[in-house]
Amino acid sequence: MPGDADSAVPFFRNAKLFRAYQAVRGFFRNPDVLRNTYQLCLCALIAGVAYLALSNAAENLSRAKIATGFGFWNVTAGFDISETLIAYSPQTSTYGRAFWVGLLNTLLVSALGIIFATILGFLVGIGRLSRNWLVARLAGFYVETIRNVPLLLQLLFWYNAVLKALPELRDSHVLFGGVFLSNRGLYLPKPIFEPNFWLVPVAFAFSVVASVAIGVFAKRRQERTGQRLPVIAMTIVLVVGLPLLAFAAAGFPLAFDYPHMDRFNIRGGMERLPEFMALLFALAIYTAAFIAEAVRAGILAVAKGQTEAAYALGLRPSPTLRLVIIPQAMRVIIPPLTNQYLNLTKNSSLAVAIGYPDLVQIFTGTVLNQTGQAVEIVVLTMAVYLAISLVTSLAMNWYNARIALTER
Amino acid sequence: MTGITGWLRANLFSSLSNSVLTVLIVIALVLLIPPLMRFLLIDAVWSGADRDACLASDARPEVGACWAFVRERLAFFIYGSYPIDQRWRVDLFFVMLAIGAAWLLWLEAPRRDLAAAYLFIVVPIASFVLLYGWPAIGLAQVDTALWGGVLVTIVVASIGIVASLPLGIVLALGRRSSMPAIKVLSIAFIEFVRGVPLITVLFMASVMLPLFVPDSWSPDKLMRALVAVAIFSAAYMAEVVRAGLQAIPRGQYEAARALGLSYWPMMRLVVLPQALKATVPNIVNSYVALFKDTTLVFVVGIFDFLKTIDVAGVDPKWATPVTSATGYAFAAIFYLVFCYSMSRYAKDVERRLDVGARE
Repeated sequence: MPGDADSAVPFFRNAKLFRAYQAVRGFFRNPDVLRNTYQLCLCALIAGVAYLALSNAAENLSRAKIATGFGFWNVTAGFDISETLIAYSPQTSTYGRAFWVGLLNTLLVSALGIIFATILGFLVGIGRLSRNWLVARLAGFYVETIRNVPLLLQLLFWYNAVLKALPELRDSHVLFGGVFLSNRGLYLPKPIFEPNFWLVPVAFAFSVVASVAIGVFAKRRQERTGQRLPVIAMTIVLVVGLPLLAFAAAGFPLAFDYPHMDRFNIRGGMERLPEFMALLFALAIYTAAFIAEAVRAGILAVAKGQTEAAYALGLRPSPTLRLVIIPQAMRVIIPPLTNQYLNLTKNSSLAVAIGYPDLVQIFTGTVLNQTGQAVEIVVLTMAVYLAISLVTSLAMNWYNARIALTER
Repeated sequence: MTGITGWLRANLFSSLSNSVLTVLIVIALVLLIPPLMRFLLIDAVWSGADRDACLASDARPEVGACWAFVRERLAFFIYGSYPIDQRWRVDLFFVMLAIGAAWLLWLEAPRRDLAAAYLFIVVPIASFVLLYGWPAIGLAQVDTALWGGVLVTIVVASIGIVASLPLGIVLALGRRSSMPAIKVLSIAFIEFVRGVPLITVLFMASVMLPLFVPDSWSPDKLMRALVAVAIFSAAYMAEVVRAGLQAIPRGQYEAARALGLSYWPMMRLVVLPQALKATVPNIVNSYVALFKDTTLVFVVGIFDFLKTIDVAGVDPKWATPVTSATGYAFAAIFYLVFCYSMSRYAKDVERRLDVGARE
C-alpha cells in the first residue's frame, strides 16, 4: 500500500484482512477512543473493587452478627459523658444525642482554639519581624521549637506535666472574680440568663448588619466624593453600645452563680475539666506557631517600596500599616490561615489521647465499641469532618477568586 | 554610638515600648531558664540501676531529670521488643535507609536516578525481608507486634513517603488530566483524604479494612496502619507535586509536544524531572510532618517511639515523680533534633534552588 511503513503486506494474504487490521489499529490509535477506553477501564476497575469489598463486608458482618443501618441512632446510650454543652443523661439519652454532644464539644474546643491561636499567632508573627533583637529571636525560637515537636507530645506535656501538677481541690488557686484553679479543673462563675436576655443577641446581630451597611455606604461615598467617614469608630460604638443599651433596657437580665468552697467540694459555678484546657492550650500554641509563619510570609511579601512610597506621601507608620501593608498582606495570609484553622479542627481529634469527650472519642471510641457497627460510624465521623473542610474550602476559594490579582 | 552600646541602643532599647519589652523578657528568661537548666542538667541523675537512684533523699533533696532511666532503657526505646540477637537486622535497615536518603538528597551526587530506584524499590523489598524475616534464607520471622520505638517510627514514616510519592505523582497528574472521569476521581480522592483527620483514617484502616478483605487475608495491625499512612500521605504529596507541576512553564509542555513526545514520555523525560527537583524542599517538609504524625498510630495499638516512652514510664522499677517528665523531655529532644535538622536541610535546598534558578 502506498505510504505504508511497516512490512505487514506480505504477512496478510488477503488485502481485505489487511485493511480490516489497519482500521482496527487506527481505531485504537484515535485519541478520543483511547481517552474513553482509559476512563471506562478505570471506572470498571473501581466499580469492581468496590463491589468485591462491599460483598466481603456484608459477608463478614453477617457472620459476626453485627447489625447494619442506622438503627443504633435511637438506642439508649447507657454511658456517661464527662463534659456536655447540652443536656445529656446516661439513662435516657440515645447514641444520636451522644453524637451531638461530641460534635458540640469538638466545635467548642476548635472555635476557642482558633480564636486564641489567631491572636497569639499574629503577635508572634509580627514580633518575629520586630526591630527589637530579643523579641525577634524569642519569637523565632518559639516557632522553631513548637513546629518541630509533635502535637501529641505537647498535649501529653500540658496534660501530665502542667495540669496534673496543679494543687488539690482544697488548696485551689483563687484568681480574681471568683475563679478557682485546681487539678480537678477550672471553676468559673456561671452566667444565668433571665427570660428577657434574647434582646441582647438580637441587638448585636442588628448592630453587625448596620456596621456592614455603613461600611459599604462609606466606601461608595469615598469613591464618589473622596471624603472618609470614621467607620471603625462608628462600628465599635454600634457593636458595643447597642447590645449594652438593649441589656439596660431589658432590666439587666444577667445573674452570676459564683463558685464557693464547701466542706469537701466546690459548689456552684461551671466547671471546665483539665482535659479541655490541656487540649485548648496545646492546640492554640501549636497552631499559633504555624499561623505566625504564615503572617510573617504575608508581611514580607508586601514589597518594601510600598512602605517607602507611603512614607514619601507623608503617611505616618500607623496609617501606613493599616491602609497599605495589612490589606496587601492579607491576600497572602488568608489562604494558609484558613488551612491552619482546618488543621486545628482536625487536630482536635487528638482528644482520644487524654479522654476529652469530643466527636472522635465518643463516637468512634465508645459508641463503636458498644455497637460494633464500624462502617456506619467511621463513615459518619469522616462525613462530619469532610463537611467542615469542604465548607471552609469553598468559602476560601470564593474569597480568593474575589481578591485574586487578575493577570493577562 | 558604636560598638556594643550602639548595638544595644539600636536593637534593644530603641524606643520606650521596646525598652519595656526588653526588660520584661529578660525578667521572664531569668525566671524560666535556671529552673529548666537545673532540671535538665544540674540536678539530673546520670547513672543508676533503678528508682532509688532518682528518688529524693536527704543527701539529694532536689532531683532533676532521671537520665539513668533513659540510658538503661535506650535499647527498648530504639528497637522495642525486637529479639536482642536479631537486632543487627534493624541496624542494617537503618544504614541502608540512611545511605539511600543521603544519596538521593545530595543534589550533586552522581546517578541520582539509580538512587531513586534504590530507595523506592530495592530498600522497601530488602527491608521487608530483613525486618519481617524470611525463614527460607535463614532469617527468623519476627512478628510485627514485637516491633517498637524508633524502628516503628522510621518504618511508618519512610514507608509513608516511599509509597506516597508514586501514588501522589499519579494523583497529581490525574488531577491535571483532561479526561473528566480521571480528573473527578483524583479530585474526589485528594479532597476526601485531606478533609479528614489522620486518626479517622487510621480508624478506618484498622477497623474497616478487615471487613473489606476476605477472611483469609487478615492484615496485621502494622500493615493496616501503613496502608492508612500511605493513603493519607499520598493525598498531601499530590498537592505538593501539583504545585511543582504548576511551576513548569507551559512552553516546556509545548516544546515536548512539538518534538513528538506523547504523554508518558513527555512526563517522564521533560516535566517530572523538573517538577520533582523543584519540590524536594516541600517533600522533605512533608517527611517532617509525617514523622511527627507517626505518633498518632497509638490509637490502633502500635508502639511507636512516643508510646514506647509512655509505656516505659509506668514501669514500677523506675517509678519516681520525675520519670515520665524525663521520658517526655528525651522524646522532645529527639524529635526536635531530627525534625529541625531535616527542615533546615529543606530550607538550604530551597535557597540553593532559588539561587540556581535566578542565574
